[in-house]
Amino acid sequence: MSEHIVIVGGGTGGTVLANRLADKLGAEIDSGDVQVTMVTDSQDHVYKPIWLYVPFGKKDPADARRPVAELVDRRVDITYDRVTGIDTDDKQLSLADGPAMAYDHLTLAMGVELVPDEVPGLKEGGHHFYGEDGATELRDAMAEFTEGHLVLSVIGVPHMCPAAPVEFVLMADDWLRKRGVRDDVEITYTYPIQRAHGIQSVADWATEEFEEKDINVQTFFNADEVDPEEKVLHSMEGKELDYDLLVGIPPHTGSELVTEAGLGDGGWVDVDKHTLEATAAEDVYAIGDVADVPTSKAGSVAHYEAGTVADRIASKVRGQVPTATYEGKTVCFIEAGMDEATFVEFAYGNEPTVRPASTPVHWAKLGYNESYWLTARGLL
Amino acid sequence: MSETMEPDITVDSRGATCPGPLMDLIGKVKQSDPGTVIELQTSDDSSKSDVPDWLDEAGHNLLEVVDQGDYWSVYVETA
Repeated sequence: MSEHIVIVGGGTGGTVLANRLADKLGAEIDSGDVQVTMVTDSQDHVYKPIWLYVPFGKKDPADARRPVAELVDRRVDITYDRVTGIDTDDKQLSLADGPAMAYDHLTLAMGVELVPDEVPGLKEGGHHFYGEDGATELRDAMAEFTEGHLVLSVIGVPHMCPAAPVEFVLMADDWLRKRGVRDDVEITYTYPIQRAHGIQSVADWATEEFEEKDINVQTFFNADEVDPEEKVLHSMEGKELDYDLLVGIPPHTGSELVTEAGLGDGGWVDVDKHTLEATAAEDVYAIGDVADVPTSKAGSVAHYEAGTVADRIASKVRGQVPTATYEGKTVCFIEAGMDEATFVEFAYGNEPTVRPASTPVHWAKLGYNESYWLTARGLL
Repeated sequence: MSETMEPDITVDSRGATCPGPLMDLIGKVKQSDPGTVIELQTSDDSSKSDVPDWLDEAGHNLLEVVDQGDYWSVYVETA
């Protein structure tokens, strides 16, 4: 009887994990002792950081997509279906179109969902770049935008890629300057807490950049309603902001499946932050955005977590004591304009150092965007 | 006061780092009616300053902060 390892999700975490497991357990898979299955509801794998460049006409949506089947090792079975239930007592998943699927080791890597409906008027009045449709619609709006008030509002945290809103306004500033219309555009950035970013050193760096580039900042601004007719953004703190073009980072939520399975509140899987094992069930792991760990919801986190879980599952399958742990390693490039960037690297309990932005780091980021497909294949 | 205080809602943010506890509280306040008493449980030291600062900004009431040993209970009443 073979051991069945099931991965839910075909994003960065799920794909890297599948490939790392195929690499580590190749012999066991070939001999029939182990089966690895990825369950994903999409034929395509999406590299979401590409969306940041779409509004500025620097990337096309097609640049963000590759068929999952082209990225995942052929020794991994792929089931294209939607998981509708997780039964951790009987160790099986319910699927929308197929029969129930039993597992011995389960990893949840289904990411997050956008819930713009939580803020009345946001869908009608705001744009975003956290998905293909949003990014292409924003591209068209940006192309026509030559004067007025551009407001970027971070509506709730956590959200995917925490640096992206800062990047967007710095890129917008530079892009509008290069188009010769920056003097006719006022830019305002809002953030829910008392500083410009959740990470103090990034907040300090961004605040200086914003000041230098004449970008307004409003902190303690929790948008709770958008009036698309009057073009006004209202906050829980009683503030109002008039806008001409609103970019609202929509609220994010975890997965209902997680809550229904009793694996964590709010759809986030409650895990040990080092082993990534679910606290409420045996042989269940969570990686990527759906895991409730005290670091950023970033692709690099999913990537490093996948390596840890691959090691731990491989050890268990072989009857060894798993020793691999995830120490919170996070790496984020941060664009500071259209042709310069910086990056941060940190782990649990570390405050990152933000270095001065430079053109070589910007090119490194563009280079990584191309080589990301090697990461997904488990090679980089 | 806290010995007799019965919150309407308890938000357990123990283990979360800044700004997690504050954002958990903001999320609950958003969903609550005026007059709701919320207990925020936090083990993050910075919550003791950033939560009162936000309450001031948003016009809600800080009732009490109780040291529970390995975490703090921050009691809030929504306005």
